[in-house]
Amino acid sequence: MHRFSSFRDFDWMLLGLVLLMSILSVLEIKSATLHTRFHGFDHKQIGFLLVGMVLMFLISLIDYHRLVDVAPWAYGIGLLSLVAVKLVGTTVAGGKRWINLGGGVHFQPSEWVKLVLIVTMAWFFWGLAGRRLSWADIAKAFALIGVPMYFVLKQPDLGTALTYLPVLAVGLFLGGIRPKQTAVLVLLFALLGGGAWLSGKRLKSYQMERINSFINPDTDPRGTGYQIRQSLIAVGSGGLWGKGTNQGTQTQGDFLPIPYTDFIFAAFCEEHGFVGGVGILLLYFLIMMRLIENAQQASDLPGAFIVMGVVGVLLFQVVVNIGMVVGLMPVTGIPLPLMSYGGSSILFTFLALGIVMNVRMRRFVN
Amino acid sequence: MAQISQSERNADRDEKVSPGKLHTTQYIVVLVLAALAAGMWRLQILGADSYRLLAEANRVRKTPVLAPRGKIFDREGRILVDNYPSVSCYLLREQRKDLNADIPLIARGLDLPVDQIQATLRRYASSPKYVPIPLKQDITPDEQAFIEAHRNELPELETLEEQRRLYPRDGFAAHLIGYVGELSAEDLNSSKFAFYEPGDVVGKSGVEETYDEVLRGTDGSRDVIVDSHGKEVGQLGQQLAIPGKDLRLTIDLDVQRAAELAMQGHNGALVAMDPHTGEILAMVSRPTYDPNQFSVRLSKDYWSQIVNDPDHPMMNKALQAQLAPGSTFKIIMSLAGLEEGVAQSMHVMCNGGGTFYGRFFACDKHHGMVDIEHGIEWSCDTFYYTLAEKLGIDTIAKYATEVGLSQKTGIDLPDEASGTMPSTQWKQKTQHQPWYAGEVISVGIGQGAVQVTPLQLARALGGIASGGVLKRPHVVFPEELPPAMLSAIQSTYPGSGDRVVSITPENWETITDAMAAVTVTGTASAVHLEGIDFAGKTGTAQLVNHSIGGNTLLTGNARANAWFVGMAPRRNPDIVVAVLAEHGGWGAEAAAPLAAQVINAFVTKQRKKEGNLLRLTDAPKPAASPAANPEGVPTALATPANRPGPATATAVKQP
Repeated sequence: MHRFSSFRDFDWMLLGLVLLMSILSVLEIKSATLHTRFHGFDHKQIGFLLVGMVLMFLISLIDYHRLVDVAPWAYGIGLLSLVAVKLVGTTVAGGKRWINLGGGVHFQPSEWVKLVLIVTMAWFFWGLAGRRLSWADIAKAFALIGVPMYFVLKQPDLGTALTYLPVLAVGLFLGGIRPKQTAVLVLLFALLGGGAWLSGKRLKSYQMERINSFINPDTDPRGTGYQIRQSLIAVGSGGLWGKGTNQGTQTQGDFLPIPYTDFIFAAFCEEHGFVGGVGILLLYFLIMMRLIENAQQASDLPGAFIVMGVVGVLLFQVVVNIGMVVGLMPVTGIPLPLMSYGGSSILFTFLALGIVMNVRMRRFVN
Repeated sequence: MAQISQSERNADRDEKVSPGKLHTTQYIVVLVLAALAAGMWRLQILGADSYRLLAEANRVRKTPVLAPRGKIFDREGRILVDNYPSVSCYLLREQRKDLNADIPLIARGLDLPVDQIQATLRRYASSPKYVPIPLKQDITPDEQAFIEAHRNELPELETLEEQRRLYPRDGFAAHLIGYVGELSAEDLNSSKFAFYEPGDVVGKSGVEETYDEVLRGTDGSRDVIVDSHGKEVGQLGQQLAIPGKDLRLTIDLDVQRAAELAMQGHNGALVAMDPHTGEILAMVSRPTYDPNQFSVRLSKDYWSQIVNDPDHPMMNKALQAQLAPGSTFKIIMSLAGLEEGVAQSMHVMCNGGGTFYGRFFACDKHHGMVDIEHGIEWSCDTFYYTLAEKLGIDTIAKYATEVGLSQKTGIDLPDEASGTMPSTQWKQKTQHQPWYAGEVISVGIGQGAVQVTPLQLARALGGIASGGVLKRPHVVFPEELPPAMLSAIQSTYPGSGDRVVSITPENWETITDAMAAVTVTGTASAVHLEGIDFAGKTGTAQLVNHSIGGNTLLTGNARANAWFVGMAPRRNPDIVVAVLAEHGGWGAEAAAPLAAQVINAFVTKQRKKEGNLLRLTDAPKPAASPAANPEGVPTALATPANRPGPATATAVKQP
């Protein structure tokens, strides 16, 4: 039914942008870990990138329609793996998120569940055959996302759980949610939120504590106030042109927390300034535009859904991470895609991009 | 298979997502990325300068380089106060960690109470984070080892080598020298310490306080680059510490030593002064305390021991004890009586007292017929009751005030007391009552409301013996201070200062000769110093009103205070010594021997040094007639040029 396309139809331009970004990432990880015991993470990151690219090519070989067809099974296995984490997972830094596969390889089910959810959403809305969304459809979509989200929240891993939301939002938006339904949903959540606000003064005092911790980092035992403060100092002191590679005092002096993962953008902005930071934003802009273009060219509904799901997740992560780094959003611990160090994040991103390639290569319907 | 069938079923539907929705997402992407860029603009363009400062504050830490305090020497350059190297422990607050959690461990390792550490932390809560908090000074090698061993667990502890004060042992000259201490929170609020910072060590008493500006150096600092753990990774620059300047006192270590030995076992004070210049040669107050305990953090036990001592060890009684002078006041009475022309012709019959204003006032002996010379020599109360009745309180007060009573002397030491000299005006002002004429009788023998400090008494009697030349007492040579500082100190410690009191040479001769007789045939003949022209006046000040006059001493805390003011030679003395032995009993027995010891030590030393056996035995006649001076002021006597001339005689026994 679909003509098999050669790698000539592979999105080489997208790959080029992604690789350019990956190189910047590796260089910044090298700088950020220069004087620390994490020295050498840049090499590990190169390893992750290579594995990621192999997986990207492999997944692009399988027709994405096959992937959509097995989505319910994958969803079931995904839920099982989340339950497995709860049973046999290893606890790292207060969260039970990993399954030890032996040989030093750790598997984070919540990351690949993200991918499964993107495909599942495509499957779900394709099954609706383009008809208008009923309230029951909307409820089902919420349930599909809500169940795995609940498990991840319980790990606890707020950051990853939140990345499931854009998948739902993109699905509902592209699936044809009506303005009236959107309004009702918004009102509903506003009421729920407002009710929670009014019912408990505790919420208020908790938020006061967060504000206090922001003003005076020492009073915050978890140190999120301190982290934000150091991040703002790092970004701000970078100025227009930055302090230069390996010259960031916040990054090199270990004032900036985890400058190779969650706060890598702060490290980059400190050393390469506003110009460098805007350059990264520009790269993200080009990548997103290219992805949306691929969605426009997709031969059918599930293809477009999948690509836009990827766009939604990536954009969400970029906004939450950079928003946190520049002080517009609270600390949630979401890595910056294509920049932050970390195998799970890299593998997810490249697999997601692989499916996008997959869709693109099959954009011509016979 | 169901899945395949579904995809087959939908295969023919070539539905696509509407382009409009995809365009919307493009706009969303642009909008969101623009918002992030705006956030970066805010920080990196608008806030760049302030964040750069914060980044610098993060990585650059000022560590103090403490300036050693100046040493203190006696007049001959012998060391009184030295420094010794010591290690102090500081707490750094730039750590990310919660310091409160570490307090119990720190408390154990440094042997400090937990609440004390917490109080220290609170005290520094408002100062900038880069200011290290001094936790404990002068730590032991064991505590140093504890800090070294816990570098990883307690990275916030830092040691700093500094110079600490080493004072003479056993409280030698403690009140004179004073001590240093860390500025307290209250101190910081006062304007005096406006330019100081918490943790600064300042002089808190004595010379250390008055001359803090000279003695304290200027702390230097080093700008070091640190990482987030406070580990030093480099140095940007440094400012060297400027050590404090050394200070030479007018104190003579030998005289001070003699004074300390003399006062051993007594309560009270001894002050020795050179009346020519006002230089203090020795100053002792008893009981004393150990200032070394103050230079390091004071132990609670020692503090409560000092504070609860009824004998007030912290008080410098030489300047702060305000007590009735007893019969030593008779010298001032004699001055008033002679200068008024009343006493010369007075002959009083002493039958063990006399009745004045309807009340009997006792004398300790039946002196028979007494004139002014014998009044001083024998310390006859009846004579002075009579003189006081003739002079009246305001005339007495006038002369007493002229020789510096009821005013501070202006010595360059903190917290001097001014004493009291009653007068009609004084009584009206303080008690809103008229003066009763009968009250003057007990004032005549230095009782009643008269209160003096030992220093005032030394200066007044030394000044009278110097022909009326009174000098501002001081412990640091004024010529060795910058003029601006000298005037600043003189205005900080105001007093009657340098002044000349008019005394006719004949009266001067009468009083000084009579005082010389005191130690030969008078009340203090038991302390006669063979070969030294030693003059003086005893005093026995009763503390309980009904026993005034007569020979009741009582016991315990009601026992009379013993006074003696001695000098050598009798006229233009080189040294005057005032001794107060609290509850010592008879002045002649309890106080005079102490003064004699000090004067003996001083004279012996001068003779050895100068090889001049005769110098101090002069008893020169009064200088040329003051008539040449229109004001009648014996200016000739006020100048050192007319100090005792070549020796003319050996010890003269008069009268």
